[in-house]
Parts: sequence; structure tokens; C-alpha cells
Amino acid sequence: MELLKDQEVLERVERLELGFNSYGIDQFGVSKEHLVHFFSMLKWFYRHYFRVTVQGMGEVPSSGRAMLVGNHSGGLPVDGGMLLTALLLDHEPPLLAHGMVEKFANRWPFLSTWFSRVGQFTGLPEHATALLRADRVLMVFPEGARGTGKLYDQRYELVDFGTGFMRMALQTQTPIIPLAFVGGEEAIPVKLHLDGLARLVGAPYIPVTSYGLPIPLPVACSITFGAPMRFEGDGQEADAVIEEYVQAVKDEIVRLIDLGRKARRRRLGRLAPLGAMSEDDVPGEGAAP
Amino acid sequence: MKVLITGISGVMGRSVARLLVERGHEIVGLDRRPWPDAPRAIRVFHADTRKRPAEDVFRQHRPEAVIHMATVTHWGASREERYRINLGGTRAVFDHCHSYGVRQAIFVGRHTVYGAAPDTPLYRTEEDPPMAVSTFPDLADLVAADLYAGSALWRFPEVTTAVLRIVYTLGPSRSGTLMRFLKGPKVAMVLGFDPLFQFMHEEDAARAIALALEARLRGVFNVAGPGPVPLSLLCRVTGRKAVPLPDLLFPHLLGPLGLPRMPPGAVSHVKYPIVVSAEPFREATGFAPTFDEVQTMESFRWAGD
Repeated sequence: MELLKDQEVLERVERLELGFNSYGIDQFGVSKEHLVHFFSMLKWFYRHYFRVTVQGMGEVPSSGRAMLVGNHSGGLPVDGGMLLTALLLDHEPPLLAHGMVEKFANRWPFLSTWFSRVGQFTGLPEHATALLRADRVLMVFPEGARGTGKLYDQRYELVDFGTGFMRMALQTQTPIIPLAFVGGEEAIPVKLHLDGLARLVGAPYIPVTSYGLPIPLPVACSITFGAPMRFEGDGQEADAVIEEYVQAVKDEIVRLIDLGRKARRRRLGRLAPLGAMSEDDVPGEGAAP
Repeated sequence: MKVLITGISGVMGRSVARLLVERGHEIVGLDRRPWPDAPRAIRVFHADTRKRPAEDVFRQHRPEAVIHMATVTHWGASREERYRINLGGTRAVFDHCHSYGVRQAIFVGRHTVYGAAPDTPLYRTEEDPPMAVSTFPDLADLVAADLYAGSALWRFPEVTTAVLRIVYTLGPSRSGTLMRFLKGPKVAMVLGFDPLFQFMHEEDAARAIALALEARLRGVFNVAGPGPVPLSLLCRVTGRKAVPLPDLLFPHLLGPLGLPRMPPGAVSHVKYPIVVSAEPFREATGFAPTFDEVQTMESFRWAGD
């Protein structure tokens, strides 16, 4: 396992302030050792495979609770993994964000243990609240499995947002940092789902890409953060009020996706023709002047 | 104050009794088992909580407070025995509290009543339902005893009742649920799972019970000490060798491999964590553990060596 210990990652993990005990375990069971292995692997994908670029990292607060809210994409959680890596490697100081994982994962041996040790917990409101109250950073994709289950033809169209995240943000007085993840949709162009097999193994869906395997392609990805959004209230507001707030976040994410896609076209225009997978990647197409 | 402790001859009962004597309380004990070298200040009566002589102890000694610890948790006892003692005994004790003017009662329960499953959260609060009835059906008697004791809050409002849900204990005594599981040099784990285990030093647990008494606690409270650790780390620090067994074969391999036997339901409690939040208890009593998780594990490991 020594091979999987990147020096930079090791140093960044050492700088995390999560109240680790003398064996490197925090109160939620997050383990330094597991983090180092996990992010050493992700770092290669982040830097060399998806060549992730980040705009607006300064919008993410350097301490205190925060909720990162973004669009969900692509049959595998490429967006989640890259966002986590960006916050650890490219945020000052390094941050560990906590994702809310689909329930099925906790039933699977090894996957269950790994997710728990790297701070990615089952998506339960109790977990979200406990993490925010401990002043952690939460990563939320309000589209949930409906979002990762989108097909390629629906790319970058936001499906319904849940509203739970907004009530929780209000209850815990947590700022929402909107973000757009661009590239995930092209990385795994999902053509159809194997519903029968998914039911059999207890997964929400099993994606099939145009080339068969649900393996992500080396498509350049980008993350665009927006300014923190704070809403008035205590989380006991009527549904209509909450939906209005949620719509504001959704509109901001749509705007950020648009920004991200334009920037990406410009970048690919210069770098052409890397991974020309879709019309998005055609050099010069729709490039802003 | 005058305190009656049921189950006083158990390891936890003895240390709570000694601690309360030190703190100036008058202690009377009740147990079926003997406590041969009990301190002179402590009077121990040999009786079953459900039998006539036990009631006579209430009648004759008129305790102001009762700490009910006479419950069976080990699997050596038959199902009938467990129900008789854990439910029948709890009923008798609370009935006597009501009949003989006891002002305060403490039921010493366990955090395992919350149960462990893939979709249960970390840091359970007192409002969470006791899922152990489905995740580990053999614990149903303890879940029922816990809820039944809680019903004294509305049935006998004149008795200030506290139900404590205490995490596993570890310490030099090497007794108790978790220590039975960790007894041998090898400890069974489920392959691919490494749940958090939450425990506190047995002396801290005894002190928490004493504080609950002195704070005249009323209601249901989780009691916990230091942060939880993964089972693999618990094995490592206590010098045990973890033996990962495949999920489906887990209950069947324990006996043949010479590992402590457990009912089939126990597997969920070896796969998934039971971690509780104990903030309300800390706020109400000012309790803070004196042993951290590493000291607690080491006190168990090196005891008697």
C-alpha cells in the first residue's frame, strides 16, 4: 500500500483539523490512513485523467460549516470524487467535505467500510445535521440518484431538487455555496440503464454507455463555485417559501453551469482536440468572443 | 442518602456501591449472587428481585433511591430466564418503588437497544426508536425492559426516574458484553465491515451512575465517554487478532473456530455501528470521562498482566 501514499496528499491530510485521536481517527470514524490512500488515488484522476480546473475556490469558506450544493451528473459519482479532491488539494487550508451516499452502498462489504473511513456517510438527515453541527463541510447533490441516473440526452438539465437540504441549512444557519460541475456528463455518456440487474444487486441503477462499459472517459472537467448564499429563516417555513429559496439556488447553479461550459469550450478551443466526445468538445463551437 | 442497589454483586454493581459509600451515601444491596468481601458499610441481602424477601428489604429499609442493575445480558441464560429477570424483575422493582415511597429510581440500561443496521445513523439521540427489536431480535427483552422502565415516568410520576443507556464498558474487570466478545486472543469480524464501537472505562460508567443519582436525573439519557473507534483498531490496541469471517457463514463459524458464540442476530451489531450522542446527559450532570479511548482500551488490555 506504500505505493498509494502520495507525499503531497499526506501533507494535506496532516493539515486537516478534524480532532483526530492519537490513532488518526476522528469522532465520525474518519481515518487519516484511509484518507491518504483514497486521495492518492483520486489525485491522479484529478490532475491527469480529468484535468480538473477550478474557478472561484475563494468562495468556499476556510473554516466553519458550509454546504456545497451542485448539479449531479454521470453514471458514476465522478463529480463527487473530483470535488472532494479539489477541496483537499487546492483549497487553503485543505478541507475534507462529507458526501451523502446512497443507502445501498452501506450494505456492500468493503465499500461500506471505505466510504465510512473517508467521511462519506449514508445520506440520512441525522448525519447531515450532526456533521454541520460539528462545523464540517457538507457536499450535497439535491438531484440525488435521479441526477446521476440522467441519460446523456438529458445532460446539464437539472432534474427536481429535493428541499431537505434547504431546511437543514436554515436550521443550522449554514451558508450554501452553489457550484457547477462540468464534464461529468461527457465522461460517462449513459445511453441506457439495466434496471433488472440493478434490482438484483440492490443498486439504484446500472449505467450502460455508448461503448458498453460504465468507465469514465478522460474528459476535461471543471468546477465553478458561486458566492455563498444565505437565506432568512429557521427551517420551519412553509413549503412555498422553501421552494422559492431552492429555486434561487437552482437558478444560480444553472448560471454557473453555463459559465463553466463556456469557459470549457474556450479552453478546449486552445487545447484541441482532446477527447472530442461531443458537440461540447468540438473546438471553437459556441466559443464566447 | 439511603440507596438500594439491585444486582450489587455484579462488577458494575460493586464499583457503583463502593463509589457511593465514598461519596457519603448509605448503601443497601440486593442480589441472588454473593459478595463475600463486601465492605462493612454495605449490607447485602440475598434475594431474587421478584420474590417476597426482596419486597421486605424495601419495606424494612425504606431506601430513598433505587439503582436497578439486576438484569441479565449474557447468552448463558435461557430465554425464559432472561424475560423473567429482565422484565419481571424490573416490574417488581418499580412496583416496590411506588409502594414504599422511593423518591428516585435509576434503571441502568444499554445503548445497544438502538440496534445497528445499514441505514441507521451515527450519534443516536434519546428520541430515536429502539431498532434492536428488528436488528437483533434476541435483545427484545432488554429493549422491552428499557421501555418498561421508562413507562414509570408517567405511571409513577412521584418517583423521579432516569433510564440510562450506557455504552459498552471496558476496564480491568474484564467482564461485560464487549469484554466477553473480546475475551480470547482472536476476535470475530465480518469480512469487509469495520464498524465503530463506542465504549467507556468502567470506572467512568460507575461515576456517571453516581452523578445521575446526585443530579436527581429524570428522563431517558444516553451515557457515553470518549469517541468511538473502528473495531479493527479496538482489536489492535487491545492486542487481539481480528479474524474476518464471511457474512453468511459468520454465526456458523464462531463455535468451530473457538470464538465466543453469539446468537445469529448479533451479526448486525458486528457489521454496523451503534454510536450515541450523550450531550443531554453531560449538560444535566456535568459528567466528563477521565479516561480517553486509548487509556480505556489499554486498561483492559494490561489488566492483571
